[in-house]
Amino acid sequence: MKTGAKLLIEGLQREGVETIFGYPGGVVLPIYDELYDSPLRHILVRHEQAAAHAADGYARASGRVGVCLATSGPGACNLVTGIATAYMDSIPIVAITGQVPTSLLGNDAFQESDITGITMPVTKHNYLVKKAYDIPRILQEAFYIAGTGRPGPVLIDIPKDVSTGTVETDPPRVETVSLRGYQPTYKGHQRQIDRAVELLTLAERPLLYAGGGVILSNASEELVRFAEQMMIPITTTLMGLGAVPGDHPLNLGMLGMHGTEYANYAVTECDLLIAVGVRFDDRVTGKIDTFAPHAKIIHIDIDPAEIGKNKKVDVPIVGDVRNILGELVQKLQKMGHYQTWHEKIKGWKKKHPLRYKDDGKLRPQYIIQQLSALLEEDDIIVSEVGQNQMWTAQYYCFRKPRTWITSGGLGTMGYGLPASMGVHYARPDKTVFDIAGDGSIQMNIQELGTIAQYKIPVKIAILNNQYLGMVRQWQELFYDRRYSFTELPAVDFVKIAQAYGIDGIRVESRDEVQSALKTAINTPGPFMLDFRIEREENVYPIVPPGAANNEMIGGNNS
Amino acid sequence: MKPHTLSILVENRAGVLSRVTGLFSRRGFNIESLAVGTCEEPGMSRITIVCIGDDAQIEQVMKQLNKLIDIIKVSDLTDNERVERELAMIKVNADSGTSRSEIMQIAQIFRAQIIDMGTKTLVLQITGNTEKIDALETLLRQYGVKELVRTGKIGMLRGSKTVKSGK
Ligand SMILES: Cc1ncc(C[n+]2csc(CCOP(=O)(O)OP(=O)(O)O)c2C)c(N)n1
Repeated sequence: MKTGAKLLIEGLQREGVETIFGYPGGVVLPIYDELYDSPLRHILVRHEQAAAHAADGYARASGRVGVCLATSGPGACNLVTGIATAYMDSIPIVAITGQVPTSLLGNDAFQESDITGITMPVTKHNYLVKKAYDIPRILQEAFYIAGTGRPGPVLIDIPKDVSTGTVETDPPRVETVSLRGYQPTYKGHQRQIDRAVELLTLAERPLLYAGGGVILSNASEELVRFAEQMMIPITTTLMGLGAVPGDHPLNLGMLGMHGTEYANYAVTECDLLIAVGVRFDDRVTGKIDTFAPHAKIIHIDIDPAEIGKNKKVDVPIVGDVRNILGELVQKLQKMGHYQTWHEKIKGWKKKHPLRYKDDGKLRPQYIIQQLSALLEEDDIIVSEVGQNQMWTAQYYCFRKPRTWITSGGLGTMGYGLPASMGVHYARPDKTVFDIAGDGSIQMNIQELGTIAQYKIPVKIAILNNQYLGMVRQWQELFYDRRYSFTELPAVDFVKIAQAYGIDGIRVESRDEVQSALKTAINTPGPFMLDFRIEREENVYPIVPPGAANNEMIGGNNS
Repeated sequence: MKPHTLSILVENRAGVLSRVTGLFSRRGFNIESLAVGTCEEPGMSRITIVCIGDDAQIEQVMKQLNKLIDIIKVSDLTDNERVERELAMIKVNADSGTSRSEIMQIAQIFRAQIIDMGTKTLVLQITGNTEKIDALETLLRQYGVKELVRTGKIGMLRGSKTVKSGK
C-alpha cells in the first residue's frame, strides 16, 4: 500500500529530479513528511515566488524541467508570478501545489484558492488530481508536456486527501506518454524548406534574427554553422543572447528597443529576414509596419501559432529549430558572398558602435565590461529587470548558450536573485552572478536567507542608482523629467547582507571595480557588491515606444 | 469580418469548456454562440462555436485552440459545404383569441411547433438556420416576446467528410 504523497515523490525521482524548491503549509504536510527521508534535495525558500523563479532558473541553465512546491491558497497564489514568468519565456517547470481536501473543494475552505482556474492563462496545461491512483500518470504527463514541443510550465494541484489516499498496487507506467490532443511537430515541411532555400539563394542582403527558441532547442551550433556557411550576419533578441558568441564576426548583437544601432539598421535594410525561434515581440519590432520593410521573411518556429501572429511571413516552417537549421545546412552547399552587404554593415558598426561616456565616474557599463573580461565563458549571468538588465545585455559578451538567464517576456523584477539559486543547483561548478538594480533586488531580497542557509555561492552585483532607473529614464525622456515615485532612498545593502551572514563591499569609484569583482569571485560562498553608480545614467540607444527601429534616440544621429 | 463556425473536438474533462472560453476572452475574440455536448467518440465532446473575425484572427484563434492539450481537433466549417441548425424556444404573449390564432398561423408557415400552451402564452419551438429564427422572432415581437432561448448553432460537413480525431 502506498500513499499519493509517496507516489508523487517516487514519480519525481523517476523523472530524474534531484532538487526541488518549496515552502510547506497545512495541506502539503503529507508531501513534506514523505520528503523528510527521501533522497530528493529540497531547498526551503523564503517566499513561494522565489521557488518558482528558482525552478525556472534551474530549467534555463540545465535545459531540464525545474520543480517547485507550495501549499494551497496563499502559497499557490505566491507562485503565480513565477509561473507567468516561465510561461512568457517558454521555460519548462512543473509546479506542484497542495489543495484543500476534495470534500471541501468549492466551499471557500480555509486556504482554498482555485489555482487551476487562476493559472489557466499562464500554464501550458494544469491538473487538479482527484485520486491518488492518477498521480504517477499525471506527473509523467506533466513532465512530458512541460519539456517537449514549445516548453512551458505545468501545474499539478493535489488535494490533501489525494496525497494521503492510498493505492493497493502501483499504477502501471507507460513507456512513452502519448496524448491525442498534443502532438508537437518537430520535422519541417519539405516544400517550405525548399522554398526557404530558394529565397536564400536569391537574397542579396540576408539577416538572421534569432531568439530564445534557438537556446531552448539547443540549436546554437547549427545556427552558427548555418550563418558561417552562408556568411549571413546574425542579430539576436534579448532571449537569444548567447546563441552566437558575442564576439563572433557575424554577430550584430541585440536588436530592438535597446539593440545596437547596426542591428536595427540591418533589419530595416535587409531583403531577407530569417527569423529563428522568435515571436516578433513589440520590444523587438518597434512599430510593426516598419519592421524589416524591404524583406521577405522566413519564420522557423516550433509553435505554429507564432507564425503570422504579429507579422505576415512569406515562408513558414513549423518544427524544431535545430532539425530545420540542420537540414538547411545540408541543402545549402553554396556559400553566399553578400560583399556589399557586409561592407555596409561594417560601415554602420564603425560609425555607430555601442558607447558610453567613460570619464572616470562609476558607470554601470564599465562594471559589466570588467565582469565580462573576468569571468569564464561558461560562467552564468542572471539579471533583474530594468536598466541593469539592458546594460548587461549590451555590454556583457555572452559566449555560450544558457549563460544568460533573464526574464524577457514578463520582465519580472525580483526574478534574478531567486533564479540565480536555481542556476547554481543546475551548474554547481560555475560562478553565478546576479546583476541587480536596487529596486528589483528588494522585491525578493528575503532570499538572502535561503542563500545564507544553504551557502549558495551566488555573487550579487547591485547597480545601485537609488532610482527605479528604467522608469525614471522614461520619465526623463517622455514625461518632461517629472520623476513621479521613482526615487528610492539609499539602502545599505552590505549591512543587509551582513545581517544574513553574507559578506559584501560597497564600491564608490571606478578604480575599485576590478578588485571588488575579483574579491567577489574569489571569496568562496555568496558575496554582495553594492555599486553606487552614476544616478542618472541612461540606457542608449533607445527606440521610443511606437517608433520605428531606425528612429533611435541616443545614437550618433541624435 | 464574417461569422465562422468552428467545430472543436475536445476531451470530455472537467474544465475544458473554461479553457476554451477563457482563451477566447483572453485573446479578445467574441463568441457569438456556443453549443456543447457529447459526441460519437467515447470520452470526447464536440463544441460548436460561432465567432466573428477576419481570416487572420480566425486562423490565430484556431492555432491557439489547437495548443490546448485537451483539444483534439479544430475545424472551420465556414468555407465548406455544410449543414447548420439552431433550435430556439420562444414564449410569446397570446391572451386574446385573435393573436392566438395569428401566432399559430405564423408558426405553421415557419414550421415551428407549439410545445406549450398556457392561458396567456404560447411557447414555440423552431429549428433552422440563424436567419430563419431571427425572422420568426421579428414577426412575433408585435405580440410581445416574453422569453427567448437559443441553443446556439451546431454544424456538420455535408457528405461523408467528418471532423474526427487525429490532428
Ligand atoms: C514586478 C514588476 N513591477 C514593476 C515593473 C516595472 N518596472 C520595469 S523596470 C523598473 C525599474 C527597475 O528598477 P531597478 O530594479 O532599480 O533597476 P534599474 O532600472 O535602476 O537598473 C520597473 C519599476 C516590473 N518590470 N516588474
